[in-house]
Amino acid sequence: MNQSLPRWVDIGLIPLANVLLAFCAAGLIVLAIGADPFAAVKFMLAGALGNSEAIGYTLYYATNYIFTGLAVAVAFHAGLFNIGGEGQATLGGLGAGLAVLALDHTGSALVIVPTAILAAAIFGAAWAAIPAYLQAYRGSHIVITTIMFNFLASALMVYLMVNVLMAPGAVAPESRDFADTAALPLISDWLNALGFHVMESPLNLSLVFALVACALVWFLVWHTPWGYELRLMGFNATAALYAGANPRRIILLAMMLSGALAGFVGVNEILGVHHRLLLDFALGYGFGGIAVALMGRNHPVGIVFAGLLFGVLQQGGTELTFEMPQVTREMVVAIQGLVILFSGALALMSRPWFEWSYWFVGRKLAVRKAASA
Amino acid sequence: MNELFAILLPTLSGTLRLATPLMLCAMGGLFSERAGVIDVGLEGKMLAAAFASATIAWATQSGWLGLAGGIGVACVMALLHSLACITYRGNQVVSGVAINILASGLTMVFAVAWFHRGGQTPGLDTALRFMPVLFGQSLLVYVALAGVGATWWLVGRTRFGLRLRAAGEEPAALDAAGLSVAWVRYRALLITGVFTGIAGAYLSIAANANFSREMTAGQGYIALAALIFGKWRPLSAFAACLLFGLLDTLAIRLQGVSIGGVLVPVQLIQALPYILTITLLAGFIGRAVAPKAIGQPYEKAH
Repeated sequence: MNQSLPRWVDIGLIPLANVLLAFCAAGLIVLAIGADPFAAVKFMLAGALGNSEAIGYTLYYATNYIFTGLAVAVAFHAGLFNIGGEGQATLGGLGAGLAVLALDHTGSALVIVPTAILAAAIFGAAWAAIPAYLQAYRGSHIVITTIMFNFLASALMVYLMVNVLMAPGAVAPESRDFADTAALPLISDWLNALGFHVMESPLNLSLVFALVACALVWFLVWHTPWGYELRLMGFNATAALYAGANPRRIILLAMMLSGALAGFVGVNEILGVHHRLLLDFALGYGFGGIAVALMGRNHPVGIVFAGLLFGVLQQGGTELTFEMPQVTREMVVAIQGLVILFSGALALMSRPWFEWSYWFVGRKLAVRKAASA
Repeated sequence: MNELFAILLPTLSGTLRLATPLMLCAMGGLFSERAGVIDVGLEGKMLAAAFASATIAWATQSGWLGLAGGIGVACVMALLHSLACITYRGNQVVSGVAINILASGLTMVFAVAWFHRGGQTPGLDTALRFMPVLFGQSLLVYVALAGVGATWWLVGRTRFGLRLRAAGEEPAALDAAGLSVAWVRYRALLITGVFTGIAGAYLSIAANANFSREMTAGQGYIALAALIFGKWRPLSAFAACLLFGLLDTLAIRLQGVSIGGVLVPVQLIQALPYILTITLLAGFIGRAVAPKAIGQPYEKAH
């Protein structure tokens, strides 16, 4: 039985059912460690959305997920699987940090911040461009090379932090603090200036930037000739070739765009929050982005919602540990894994159930119609 | 001469110790990949097995049951991978990534819930562990070496091996001969589960006395690199594992050592396995050609 289903079932109901399956599995895990899953959800929601500080943290985490989700999605549309988001985000942060360390005592914020953002994009794009070049021109598989580039990024970062960038007299491998001119404005400061009273949180201008990135990706991928070629290539590489597209150029550009988007995690973390270079600031976001992209069905709107959900999970999970000490916050990582499993790897599992139900309901309706006629 | 031995012997035995989990994972991965199923989930299976082995060995007070438990859990994860990749024809890389992330989250969730030690399991007595038995090496090291021989024989010299390679190169031919591609691949992935299970047990109940957070530390990925660097052939992959194990030993021994006034960058030595594999894959040193049907779900013609 392989019949076509109406669009609303195919792109609405089935993905929703897959995500629900993932969350049911997560609930069973919570039950297995002797906690009440419904109470856990209640604590998580309160911890993630209960007050203005919690909401700020939730949106700050969501910002990272939106960037990496977009990164994975852009590559996906070209038929490429970018597992290197982790490394590209690390390099993006390195780029932003180096730019600030070089400039922060010279110019004004209006020069430093845009330069640092550009540097994050360039470093992230360059780190993705090497695997892309190797795939396009040397035939090596992008999945394997991007995995290895994650480790290379981490080795490079450790080397630079420990041997070159570590501040004199520091106990941890961290650079000196940036000058205040290099910090992105906090949203809470703006809202307070406008007369809304909110508590301080790390949420910064990067969120606005992430939403702008969503709009740009939407325009680029769905409303330009280049985006059309990109999607055609992902849909049917042979057809793209016959239509006159240049696959090598598309692979290179798609991966560079993807890497630049992942690199913006560094903007949020380094310019927005930490205000110095450090290790492991991108930990988990590159892989989390895969879950976000799969759940958001590779569309910017879906990615914003999926990113928000993962922001809620991350912030709620942190708060949950205080209320229920037996549930650690790594539960969120497990949920990401389950979402990737059910929405990605097992995406076709539930389809036959829907095909059967659709056929069954359709037949019942037809019988009733015939009886009433 | 004696001095040379004093340096050489510890380096060699250290290499073997560090190469053991790589060998087991690489041989495990070889079965899966030669049967046509990409396995980036070696790391996750090994991590889950390490946790299961340490937990079960502690709970039952038996190292052997711990080993069996590790193998069991890794096989369950391998079955999950098979279900997604073979039965439901899902994306094999996505499934592998899911397994890695799931293992990374679940091991911590259960470790914290059951032991309240920040993700560690309780320490095991030496009586419960696979301690050195011969030439200062654990029994599981010899199991790994035997595993390399077994892989070479099974994949290259038996009827099952021929079918397994056919499933990875030309599954339609296997189908036409009246054999089930799915069944061959399921069995191959179960063998991957057994190998990665032993690898996990080696880490938590032989090389160490307990499980700790993320204790596989990317070795599953290094093993994948070794498998590719060895061009998906058992003996070459074995050699690659030894080479990568040696690099790891050197990275530890050269920590803070300077040669000719230049401090040896340890991170560079640690990154060498990846750099070598990337260079090989790009065709700059020889050529690594993957099994022809790797990554493609097989759809049986009706």
